[in-house]
Amino acid sequence: MAFDSLSEKLQNVFKNLRSKGRLTEDDVKAALREVKLALLEADVNFKVVKQFVRDVQERAVGQDVMNGLNPGQMVIKIVNEEMVRLMGEETTEISLQPGKALTVIMMTGLQGAGKTTTTAKLAGKFKQKGKKVLLVACDVYRPAAIEQLQINGEKQGVEVFSIGDKNSPVNIAKAAVEHALKNSFNIVIIDTAGRLHIDEEMMAELVEIKSNVSVHQTILVVDAMTGQDAVNVAQTFDERIGIDGVILTKLDGDTRGGAALSIRAVTGKPILYAGMGEKLSDLEQFYPDRMASRILGMGDVLTLIEKAQEEFDEEKARKIEQKMRKNEFDFEMYLESMSQMRKMGGISSILGMMPGMGGGKMPEIDEAAAEKNLARTEAIIYSMTLKERQNPSLLNPSRKRRIAQGAGVDIAEVNRLVKQFEQMKKMMKQMPGMMKRGRRGGMFKGLPF
Amino acid sequence: MGEEKKGFWSRLVAGLGKTRDNIVSGIDSIFSGFSSIDEDFYEEIEEILIMGDTGVNATEAIIENLKQKVREQHIKDPAECKELLIHSIKEQMDVGETAYRFEQEKSVVLVIGVNGVGKTTSVGKLAGKLKDQGRRVVLAAADTFRAAAGSQLQEWANRAGVDMIGGQDGADPAAVVYDAVAAAKARNADVLLCDTAGRLHNKKNLMEELKKINRILAKEYPDAYRETLVVLDATTGQNALSQAREFSEVADITGIILTKMDGTAKGGIAVAIHSELGIPVKYIGVGEHVEDLQKFDANEFVDALFNVKI
Ligand SMILES: Nc1nc2c(ncn2[C@@H]2O[C@H](COP(=O)(O)OP(=O)(O)OP(=O)(O)O)[C@@H](O)[C@H]2O)c(=O)[nH]1
Ligand SMILES: [Mg+2]
Repeated sequence: MAFDSLSEKLQNVFKNLRSKGRLTEDDVKAALREVKLALLEADVNFKVVKQFVRDVQERAVGQDVMNGLNPGQMVIKIVNEEMVRLMGEETTEISLQPGKALTVIMMTGLQGAGKTTTTAKLAGKFKQKGKKVLLVACDVYRPAAIEQLQINGEKQGVEVFSIGDKNSPVNIAKAAVEHALKNSFNIVIIDTAGRLHIDEEMMAELVEIKSNVSVHQTILVVDAMTGQDAVNVAQTFDERIGIDGVILTKLDGDTRGGAALSIRAVTGKPILYAGMGEKLSDLEQFYPDRMASRILGMGDVLTLIEKAQEEFDEEKARKIEQKMRKNEFDFEMYLESMSQMRKMGGISSILGMMPGMGGGKMPEIDEAAAEKNLARTEAIIYSMTLKERQNPSLLNPSRKRRIAQGAGVDIAEVNRLVKQFEQMKKMMKQMPGMMKRGRRGGMFKGLPF
Repeated sequence: MGEEKKGFWSRLVAGLGKTRDNIVSGIDSIFSGFSSIDEDFYEEIEEILIMGDTGVNATEAIIENLKQKVREQHIKDPAECKELLIHSIKEQMDVGETAYRFEQEKSVVLVIGVNGVGKTTSVGKLAGKLKDQGRRVVLAAADTFRAAAGSQLQEWANRAGVDMIGGQDGADPAAVVYDAVAAAKARNADVLLCDTAGRLHNKKNLMEELKKINRILAKEYPDAYRETLVVLDATTGQNALSQAREFSEVADITGIILTKMDGTAKGGIAVAIHSELGIPVKYIGVGEHVEDLQKFDANEFVDALFNVKI
């Protein structure tokens, strides 16, 4: 298959290009040609791919190639980051009404997408959280659709509201919500019939349900195997009835699932869950970053990139460590290590190790204030010239005054920082034992910044 | 970052809007907009094919093939080139005379596919169609797994006015098929149509189950004419190719039912499947009613793929 050999192809394209410089336009174009094919093969919509590739090209040209990567891999690294960004960086939940108030959820989608099964799966999820859930059988068209929901509802131990297939879905929905309010349900999930986005009459039915009962969340259920047409489907559903989120089904198959990216692209709505099987417990949290790498389908390249990134970080850490050992630690390194620390543990874990702030005081640290502090420290260092950063002994009073002005702080603060810095250097010198421990950044993590 | 994101979306949506206008105003203009056969011209064709879910590989092959013919036949006119392209895909997709022999024979039709593609509905439609032709039809409800699958098929049996053999929920589907074969023989049925549970083609044990059903049919009904139809949803993208591939590993697939052709998807993946596996599309589903099953017409299919007005 095309994508099996894709990363191999990429290796070949860049075999002779192990340059360490910046990404040239040719590098980027060559790599993006392969990326384009990979995305199309994964069913990402043609227009979406075009736009995406154009955007990445703009971003990538001129970027430094990271050590250990070839230009092609560097482009893939950027592509992956961009895809994760487009997919949405975090998981999202269906948002419920506050407290015990009733939330009405409406499930919509094409025929055969998996609405009824997903409805029952969702019911189980909410029930586990202690919610009282009512399922509503509004598919009055497909043979045995109501019975299917009833059986699944029973399996999940939740009530299913049905008044047969002789009433209109609008009336069923209205009656169900009344019933739910009277009997203090927390959540109503309306299962609707599958319909084509171009079926005006059927789309109007959903609009009518929405204008007759207050639907809080409209969910579009989409088969993960959907092809190019996913954009038309998602866009039309969103425009006609307004959707709040998407659930992708049948992701336990071997599809690459490019539809997910297409749908995000045209609706901007979050993907909430992933259907992972036929069992009613097979509904999982959706992780945009994992989906991004599944769509790209270059697992081996991504692993390699991750390793290079780790090595890159480690290399930096080692350099700092060496400088410390030789007592060459300077403000450049200080800056560098602050950004490294941020990556590793965030502000509070860094602060716990800062001189004068460590140990017992930790629990009371005001994160926001601390963040501000850190930013000020950075501002001071940034106001130094490169020479001053590399050689702090240059810092005489007039230089300090200039730095204070540049950073917009009092000169006392500059003095304090320089003093802290000197103390730290001394401390490091006195702790040769500490230096020996774990070269893989283990010791580095414990350093006082 | 938020703003940047919006930029991407809105630009994209604006672009999509344009495409839709294009479609309304007739894609024929794409062809007629060219005065010579150049790279841009081929790129347009590529775009149409990819947007129709034909897939990268099949599209590349089609275009390579076209370029070669254009060279060999010294074609200069884009319109002529377009004719050539459309004609060759039509020729490839043509079903042939013998494709529907099972409708005339004493036969057993096994209907398989992934979840939700339209197997049960297609079995129901096919039953109605054959019954109208005066054939005696029996249905086997071999989906004993999905909730209410039996009742769904029973409703179709009622609509078509044919008999259905079913089993308990969770019963062995092969056992249902066994019973259905016996019933078909006893009732002197012409055609036995077997609906099966939806299964993803990467689930080993479920695919084994199909093999078992096949074995039962071969053993219990050896003289029946065998037809095995895989149902594919036209909305599906490239995965339909692996579905066709994997299902042909466990069964001798004789044809495809391409459903949901009443939507806006083009089902171009069927072209790729035909190129790679040689499996023809025999029927298309164009709706949810019993009459919404048509014999495949290569001309109409390819014209629709290229949005040529008929
Ligand atoms: N618009 C349209 N809908 C169709 C077509 N064929 C089937 N459907 C609908 O698609 C949905 C799924 O059809 P089913 O026949 O239940 O599909 P299935 O493959 O038997 O599904 P499982 O047994 O659950 O795997 C139903 O709502 C059908 O009415 C078609 O050609 N066009
Ligand atoms: Mg079925």
